[in-house]
Amino acid sequence: MRFLLPLVVCAVIGVFLYKGLDQDPRYVPSPLIDKPAPQFDLPDLYASEGAASARFSPEQMRGKVWLFNIWGTWCASCRVEHPVLVDLARQGIVDIVGLNYKDEETSAKQWLRELGNPYVAVPVDVDGRIGIDWGFYGAPETFVVDKRGIVRHKHIGPVTPAVLQETILPMVNELRAAAG
Amino acid sequence: MALRNSIAITPTATAIVTTTTQPSDRKTVTLLKVILLPVFTLMLLLSQASHSQSVFSEKPLEDPAQLALFKELAAELRCLVCQNQNIADSNAPLAQDLRREIHTMISRGDSKTQIVDFMVQRYGEFVLYRPRFTTKTLVLWVGPFLLFLLGLGLLWMQSRKPRAPVATDSDSLAAARELLNDGQNKNT
Repeated sequence: MRFLLPLVVCAVIGVFLYKGLDQDPRYVPSPLIDKPAPQFDLPDLYASEGAASARFSPEQMRGKVWLFNIWGTWCASCRVEHPVLVDLARQGIVDIVGLNYKDEETSAKQWLRELGNPYVAVPVDVDGRIGIDWGFYGAPETFVVDKRGIVRHKHIGPVTPAVLQETILPMVNELRAAAG
Repeated sequence: MALRNSIAITPTATAIVTTTTQPSDRKTVTLLKVILLPVFTLMLLLSQASHSQSVFSEKPLEDPAQLALFKELAAELRCLVCQNQNIADSNAPLAQDLRREIHTMISRGDSKTQIVDFMVQRYGEFVLYRPRFTTKTLVLWVGPFLLFLLGLGLLWMQSRKPRAPVATDSDSLAAARELLNDGQNKNT
C-alpha cells in the first residue's frame, strides 16, 4: 500500500514517455488546415518558354482538387520523392503544382528535364516569401487543396507510395466526390 | 565569427614561422611570410565582411524601441527547422528569412501582437516559446503551480500526522529485554 502511489505515478509517466517514442517531434500540425489556401501570384518557371500560363495563382485551380508541392533542387529528399510524383502525374490522377522554392532557374530546369516534370505549373518563389505564407519549413511539403481552395491536408517530408495510397489519394477521391 | 577566425589563424602563422628557423630555411620563412601574411589578412577581412553581411542586408533598425522589439521577438520565436533554437540564434535559411520578415514588419510599424499573430497563423502556436494562455495551454501554465500546492499539502498533512508511538508497554519492553539478554548470552 505504501508503494502504490509512487508505482501509479511511475506507471503514468511511463505510459506518456512510451507514447512519446512513436511521435515525430518534427511534425508540427499546420494551422492552415481547413483554411483558405494562401493566395499568391508568381511567374512560372517556363514563363518565357510557352508555359500554359506565364504566371500562376492558386485561384486558377478553383473547382479542382489539386496537390501543392514545395520543392527545390537543393533538397535531397525531394529527389527521393520525385519519381513518385512523376509516376502519379503519368497516371493522370491528380494535378500537381510544384512551387520551386529558393532555387536557381537553370538547375530547376535541368532537374525537371532529367527527372521528368510532374507539374501542371511551376511557380517560382525566389526569395521564399510565399513559402512563409504557407508555413513551409521542412522540404519537401505537399498540401492537398480542395475544389473551393481550402487546404485539407499537409504532408511534411517526401511523399512515398505508401503515403499516397493510404492518405493522399483516398483524401483526393473523397474531396472530388464532395460537392464543390 | 571574425573573432573566432583571427584566434584560429594567429597560432598557425606563428607556428609555421617559428618552427622553420634553419639558415637554409630562411628563404622559405620569408616566402611564407610574403605569401601567408596577405592571405591571412584577406581571410580576416573577408570573414569580417561576411559577418557584417550575414546579420542584415537591410539597414539596421535605428529606433531603440524598434530594435528592442526586434530582439525580443527574435528571441521568443522558435525556428521550425532547428526546433530547439530561436530565430535569433538559428542560422537556418528559414530563420534568416523570418528575421528579415520581422525586420520589415517592424520598420513598417507593425505591433508586437500583429507580428506574433502573423507567425502563429503560418506556423501554429508551436513557434511561440512562450505559449499563450488559452484553454489548450491551461494545464501547461497552471499545472506546475497545482503540483507545487499539492506537494505543500501533502507535506503539511505528513507533519500533522502523529508519530507512531514508541513502544512503552510492559510486554514489548520485556520482549526487548529478552532479546538483548539473548544476544549477550550468546556472545559470552
